[in-house]
Amino acid sequence: MPIVTVERKILKKNDEIASENREIFSKNNIYTLNLLSSPGSGKTTLLEKTLSLLNKSLNVAVVEGDVQTDNDAQRIAVLNVPVVQIVTNGGCHLEAKLVQSAFQSFDIKNLDLLIIENVGNLVCPASYDLGENKKVVLLSTTEGDDKPLKYPSMFRVSDVMIINKIDLLEYVDFSVESVKKNALSINPELKIFEISCKTGEGIEDWIKWLKNEI
Amino acid sequence: MHEMSIAQSIVDIVNDTLAENEKSKLKEVAVDIGEMVAVVPESLQFCYEAIVQETEYHNAVLNINVIPLKIKCNNCNIESKIEKYAFLCPKCESTNINVISGEELNIRYLEVD
Repeated sequence: MPIVTVERKILKKNDEIASENREIFSKNNIYTLNLLSSPGSGKTTLLEKTLSLLNKSLNVAVVEGDVQTDNDAQRIAVLNVPVVQIVTNGGCHLEAKLVQSAFQSFDIKNLDLLIIENVGNLVCPASYDLGENKKVVLLSTTEGDDKPLKYPSMFRVSDVMIINKIDLLEYVDFSVESVKKNALSINPELKIFEISCKTGEGIEDWIKWLKNEI
Repeated sequence: MHEMSIAQSIVDIVNDTLAENEKSKLKEVAVDIGEMVAVVPESLQFCYEAIVQETEYHNAVLNINVIPLKIKCNNCNIESKIEKYAFLCPKCESTNINVISGEELNIRYLEVD
């Protein structure tokens, strides 16, 4: 029986579009983050905090990904930040093509920072490059400190891990030491921040790091 | 459940490859799926079958080869399989390692008639 050799990546098309995105971002000096977490870890709240601190000094835009509703985009629009909502209608992750269509509506020549809030999911978005500079994975103290071990791919591909809701530490069985140990066993290169979007603790370090990156 | 989107990408590549090679009868599609890419082979199989049942090659088999997660230690030069996603050398416990397999998501070949 004849064999036709293919030998190519299944997600090559997505990778190619991600490379196009990366080139456009780089040409226009736009620093891009892909923000990832399970539902309810505080991605949008972290965004609100980050935007309120950076929006005066930098031109920022946001792409919101959700399975349904434009609730998150509405929360961002209130801050006078350009935002596009992608509703995936059941899709569990954002793909490079969706992001490419979304950022066309921004004034990209005058943009410094683009933050893409991915669909809340710790599995599927790990496989899809969007053209971002860094992947930031967020997890909160109400989720369990073994999460990196349960979702290793996500923590392996991420560059930064943010532990959110540290103001709740005294009420939950969550060990910051364990979560760090678990995450670093999967990815020794991870940059880690401990924050509370509620009290503002640790936000300063995160913003300092981000400003330095841009 | 991104297996549906991955199955669709496989079928897109199959269609392109069949057209390029002027073939229409497909018997088998062979793919490599690394342990690290969070794709469930059973789900992928299910999604693939759902997509191809509407096509001319609805009997074509998806052959999934699961690739184990392996590293090479830069300290002691030994290749090892990684268990429980602990990314360090099981021999010398160095974290200075390179992943050599387990991150594949590749389509290898088609068997055609």
